[in-house]
Amino acid sequence: MSKISDAFRNGKAFIGFVTGGDPTLDLTVELVVGMAEAGADIVEIGIPFSDPIAEGEVIQRANARALNAGASVRGIFGAVRKVRERTDVPIVFLTYLNPVFRYGYDEFFAECRDAGVDGVIIPDAPFEEQGEFKPSARKHGVDVISLVSPTSEDRIAKIAADADGYLYVVSSMGVTGVRGSISTDISGIVASIRRASDAPAAVGFGISTPEQACELSKAADGVIVGSAIVRIVEEYGKDSVERVKDYVRRMKAAISERP
Amino acid sequence: MSKEKGRFGQFGGQYIPETLMNEVLRLEKEYAHYSRDAVFQKELADLLKNYAGRPSLLYFAEKMTKDLGGAKVYLKREDLNHTGSHKINNVLGQALLAKKMGKKRVIAETGAGQHGVATATAAALLGLECEIFMGREDTERQALNVFRMELLGAKVHTVTSGTMVLKDAVNETMREWTRRVDDTHYIIGTVMGPHPFPAMVRDFQSVIGNEARKQLLDAEGKLPKAVVACVGGGSNAMGLFHAFIGDGDVRLIGCEAAGKGIDTGKHAATVTTGEVGVFHGMKSYFNQDCEGQIAQVYSISAGLDYPGIGPEHAFLHETGRAEYAAVTDEEAVSAFEYIARTEGIIAAIESSHAIAHAIKLAPQYDREDSIIVCVSGRGDKDVAAIARYRGADIHE
Repeated sequence: MSKISDAFRNGKAFIGFVTGGDPTLDLTVELVVGMAEAGADIVEIGIPFSDPIAEGEVIQRANARALNAGASVRGIFGAVRKVRERTDVPIVFLTYLNPVFRYGYDEFFAECRDAGVDGVIIPDAPFEEQGEFKPSARKHGVDVISLVSPTSEDRIAKIAADADGYLYVVSSMGVTGVRGSISTDISGIVASIRRASDAPAAVGFGISTPEQACELSKAADGVIVGSAIVRIVEEYGKDSVERVKDYVRRMKAAISERP
Repeated sequence: MSKEKGRFGQFGGQYIPETLMNEVLRLEKEYAHYSRDAVFQKELADLLKNYAGRPSLLYFAEKMTKDLGGAKVYLKREDLNHTGSHKINNVLGQALLAKKMGKKRVIAETGAGQHGVATATAAALLGLECEIFMGREDTERQALNVFRMELLGAKVHTVTSGTMVLKDAVNETMREWTRRVDDTHYIIGTVMGPHPFPAMVRDFQSVIGNEARKQLLDAEGKLPKAVVACVGGGSNAMGLFHAFIGDGDVRLIGCEAAGKGIDTGKHAATVTTGEVGVFHGMKSYFNQDCEGQIAQVYSISAGLDYPGIGPEHAFLHETGRAEYAAVTDEEAVSAFEYIARTEGIIAAIESSHAIAHAIKLAPQYDREDSIIVCVSGRGDKDVAAIARYRGADIHE
């Protein structure tokens, strides 16, 4: 079991996301530590990219703010090292492939291991293209977390069978961002995953309210929330840490309720 | 293409979100089927002939040849196609394929507007809904094309994310495709994106080189010394080059936008200055910084203002089969004016990059030699911008 899959042993997992360096790397450190204190079981940190094609407007703006403020891959590794002085919460990078490719696959994953990054999610590297970096990631003990979407269908079995960490179940068509309702048959997707793998399934894209989180957590092993948190950071900036912690507490409580 | 699926050497691939994977795999299968389907090919050939006006002329530019004093210059007149550029070749192929696949709606990015206009045209003809994504910078520089697309029944979305040019229009069209992939086909306008797009768009554009090769053999009885085309993503160049790749003595020359000059940093010369990277579904050369952030590029030409290049071009460059030259705004504008005065042809500012290089190239050859230059589009859309470049206060 990796540190990441262990994180699913504490009931349903709450996974929070922030964009690294939005608005500053120092605040990213406080937000990650704060989310861990508030009960987040895993924290995802986005490495900002100039052209985040899987992101909706909220996270697009966060990427732009972080890059304008000078966030770099090395800077974000530095922030992770500071986080690691204060918490053991599993940390997963969400990054597009090009920054990793340019860093050098082996160098990147070795640095992940040294800094204390437990996994990566690369939305523009589908199953078929993971072969060029997965051996490096595995060598350094970094989980490559794959996505499964409402259109994956017959692809789910092979993706799940090769899964590291957890499977990121994309709740809806389109890009990241808050949605009023989610109509995808999450239970059906999770059932397909279960047939092929023991890896936990966490559902994300569009989740913002405790009610949505509670509902979706019934079908999956955890929920992932990004845009709703990033929106708090966007609105409150350096004063956002307590608000994010309060939000994470409410979300974790919502998925921990027993019927 | 290498043995690995969808690759040109190390370049190409399918670097796209999982949500699009099954659709792209299906497209690959359907395209493989229809590319061998006699009925499809007959329908496409009919559209190209009777709707787009193919074959396009291979015109001997006699005055230009005399003036330059070297190789005979032949112009492949893609500007004479319906909608005024080579874009229609690819669009008719993909729109027909989309229809066969049961799609109700097509979406596309556009830079200069030529691909958007061609897509809107084919959608009108074939009865498909059409939505076009265009960066705000480009809707301003090419305002007439926005109205043209709307006139053809398309909905035009102004893209305000990122740098608001062609690359951002591609981002937004990809996002839209992930929102609605079931009934929608994304007509990518050039030889880029995930496999099978680079090979499929090349195939649909290869009519340019197939015709030109035969036309030149008919006229001259021998192959040209070089074929020259402008390169943004590289579709007219790939279309021209493809027929000549096996002719080892024919130089394949792509002309990319050097903007205000390679040294100024304000350019879109991807092969000259870019590095290998992964973006927009493919591994290829991109203008980017050391962190892998895609660079803001610049060209006077909205159609060449793209930070990447198709993966087959990357491969042709890496293997040395094709050459890539950088042409500045100033050289392109001078060529735009030169060919207007010399041959009475108003060529697109994109195509003028190729013409500018041909002006340097032709004198290097003998009078019995020939070169082919692709006039990929007509330049009516650029007249106001060229006038402004020369200091006139003209607006569309």
